[in-house]
Amino acid sequence: METKATTEAGLIARILAGEKELFHELIRPYERMVYLTLLAIMKNEAEAEDAAQEAVISSYRHLGSFRGDAKFSTWLTTIAINEGRKRLRKAKASAEDSIEEEVEGQEGDYTPAPLTDWREVPLEALERKELREALRTAVAELPDLYRHVFILRDLEELNIEETAQAMGISVSVVKVRLHRARIMLQKRLVPYLKTTAPARRGFFGRAL
Amino acid sequence: MKLECKHVWEHISEYIDGAVDAKLREEIERHLEHCEICSAILDSTRNILVLTADDRTFELPVGYSERLHARLAKELEEADKEPRKK
Repeated sequence: METKATTEAGLIARILAGEKELFHELIRPYERMVYLTLLAIMKNEAEAEDAAQEAVISSYRHLGSFRGDAKFSTWLTTIAINEGRKRLRKAKASAEDSIEEEVEGQEGDYTPAPLTDWREVPLEALERKELREALRTAVAELPDLYRHVFILRDLEELNIEETAQAMGISVSVVKVRLHRARIMLQKRLVPYLKTTAPARRGFFGRAL
Repeated sequence: MKLECKHVWEHISEYIDGAVDAKLREEIERHLEHCEICSAILDSTRNILVLTADDRTFELPVGYSERLHARLAKELEEADKEPRKK
């Protein structure tokens, strides 16, 4: 049986043995992930793309140091995060580092917004472009600490352990940040849905 | 034991991830059966996650992949000329 992991391991072995061109194939399934990781960190599309290219090149150059004990995707994400952090440090001198050190116990309101009519919002409402845009904005405006975890876990769909590993933080810290990020987004988006969705109910067609 | 709404909210993220133990899950589910507010909060949070994972929400810049592979091709070509870094 050939699983994704064994195919990948095979690809990596062949690349290291000299079939370099196969690296294109190895990286293709993860292009999106690398870009989104860097978008989460850089918050700027052009810079994220530039950093994503750099991270991919770096992963090629260091492929020999990849050990099969981590998943390739996690290893690659770590490289992307490091590339992003390196650039931020350069851009903002050392200011950014202190943000990463922030304590989790900070006060804040992490209570979700109550609503009663959401369940009546048809799933088609999720097809709306404005909602996507509102979500993109809300994610971009999350505090850095929470956005990074949220993107890895809920956008790239790494699991909790992989997220912790890629970011170099503990599983419990991932859980706390993820919870807060999700609640913050729920809070941000609920008023938006409440005011726009019910009024439009019934107008959503199936066509895309 | 009856759960309060606030208690359910505290565990909502872990509940979505299926990371709460069986006892707590059962308590949360019993609460959800009769609590409209918590059910709506849970659904809304879930929907946000569905939307987040949807490829159309966070799109790649046009031409991103082409540019990436062109850059990579150049790197592979250059790597032929100089010894590989460790």
